[in-house]
Amino acid sequence: MEASPHPSSGTRPAKLVIEGVSKRFTSNRSNLQALDDVSLSVAEGEFVCLLGPSGCGKSTLLNIVAGLTRPDRGRVLADGKLVEGPGQERLVMFQESALFPWLDAFGNVMFGLKLKPDLTNRERRRIADDYLELVGLEKFKHAQIHELSGGMKQRVALARALAPDPQVLLMDEPFGALDAMTRDQLYDDIQRIWMESRKTIIFVTHNVREAVCLGDRIVLMSPSPGRIAQVFDIPLPRLRDINSPELASYASRIAAAVKGTADGAASE
Amino acid sequence: MKRAAVALLFFASLIGAWELAVRSGRWSAVLLPSPFFVAEYIWGALLDGTLLESTWVTLKRLLVGYAAGVLIGLPLGLLTSTSQFLEDTLGALALGFQTLPSVCWVPLALVWFGQTEGAMLFVVIMGTVWSVIIATDHGARNIPPIYARAARTMGSEGFHKWTRVILPASLPFLVSGMKQGWAFAWRSLMAAEIYVTILTGFGLGHLLHYGRELNAMEQVIGIMTVIVVIGLLVDRVLFSPWERFLHRRWGTNLKET
Repeated sequence: MEASPHPSSGTRPAKLVIEGVSKRFTSNRSNLQALDDVSLSVAEGEFVCLLGPSGCGKSTLLNIVAGLTRPDRGRVLADGKLVEGPGQERLVMFQESALFPWLDAFGNVMFGLKLKPDLTNRERRRIADDYLELVGLEKFKHAQIHELSGGMKQRVALARALAPDPQVLLMDEPFGALDAMTRDQLYDDIQRIWMESRKTIIFVTHNVREAVCLGDRIVLMSPSPGRIAQVFDIPLPRLRDINSPELASYASRIAAAVKGTADGAASE
Repeated sequence: MKRAAVALLFFASLIGAWELAVRSGRWSAVLLPSPFFVAEYIWGALLDGTLLESTWVTLKRLLVGYAAGVLIGLPLGLLTSTSQFLEDTLGALALGFQTLPSVCWVPLALVWFGQTEGAMLFVVIMGTVWSVIIATDHGARNIPPIYARAARTMGSEGFHKWTRVILPASLPFLVSGMKQGWAFAWRSLMAAEIYVTILTGFGLGHLLHYGRELNAMEQVIGIMTVIVVIGLLVDRVLFSPWERFLHRRWGTNLKET
């Protein structure tokens, strides 16, 4: 494992370029520098994990890449084009289930597809069926959202985010609320789906093992102000098993670095 | 089945107690007619057509006024939920007028429209529209923001976002608002009909009013019964299916059965 000094992405072409992004949240009581001059480049097909304690601005950075939040300074380029708002080429899978309760599982997956004008209805249905099958929920096609377990909901959310075929998938602690057994299964699924589709993924988490299990690269962030502290390459072969000893040894070293950044913040 | 039997027993004993009270002779038979006498009136009015005709007149006014109130109130409520300016102006106005009992609109309606159908509609709309505005506004504000964010990332903007996300997401609030609007509309129409005689059609309220003038208490109580039954039927036919649908979709208020 090497801790590279610069957050560069090697030789592959950059899919996403984050340049000098800063964001400050001001309210009556507080003034929080969520991000301070953050730069990062993500290669096409790369799986990057943003890791850090809460308050380090990792979710804010994800929202800026998604186009949901505007940075105060700096800019984000996707395929060389300035990101000015949300778009179907960068879909987000949220922390909690953002599924629409007025639609069933199939209807949720169809939502984004219906906003793609170049597809016929038959194609949309077929794609939605395919993605529900990919996440193993073809039998629950017409289930109401509240009838699904937490893990199943996030699978539907994953299918909904994948179905419109985004170039970039942004995942904001999507498994945070799930139990460990469900999560382990989803780690396998997400790796399999990523290896098949080779989407560019940015995955936000505060779980070190989760980051080591999923990421090609781990971008460790430190809080107040939110900055990139260190970047780690994880050259472990896929599929990675989150319970394997190699993975655990990586995780323990990164956890030590995380502890350093958290202590630094606490002493401020 | 058991619940129906319990309800039946309850109402039967209520009517039985009423009949016993009449037979005790403590009250004048004119002031407190026997339930059978009331039933006889309802039956007679059904047969000679007066009841159906006035029910139709009343329901027509109600449905037209209510539909207009909802059609006006719904978009206005969505609007007030989006802007601080509209909330402070239109929203405050709606809140103020909602507290005004809608029968208070009757004198104004009479002066403006005379003894016409227009006056009736005006009172019903004034009774409905404010509470629909407030309920819609409340509903749209209480939508979890994550729905709108998720929709935006999937490319839903503008009209699509309003019709496919904001509106369905606020449905549970809308239905309770529409139910409240209905209750207000029904009450204001009855008040207006009792208060004002409109020559183009005698509604249930007029029958009630003339029952009093003729000292025909069986007519007064009979019409009251019909009004209660209509209220219950509307609740069962118009709102219950909606509420059941919403509970099924949202998974709220599911009874253990």
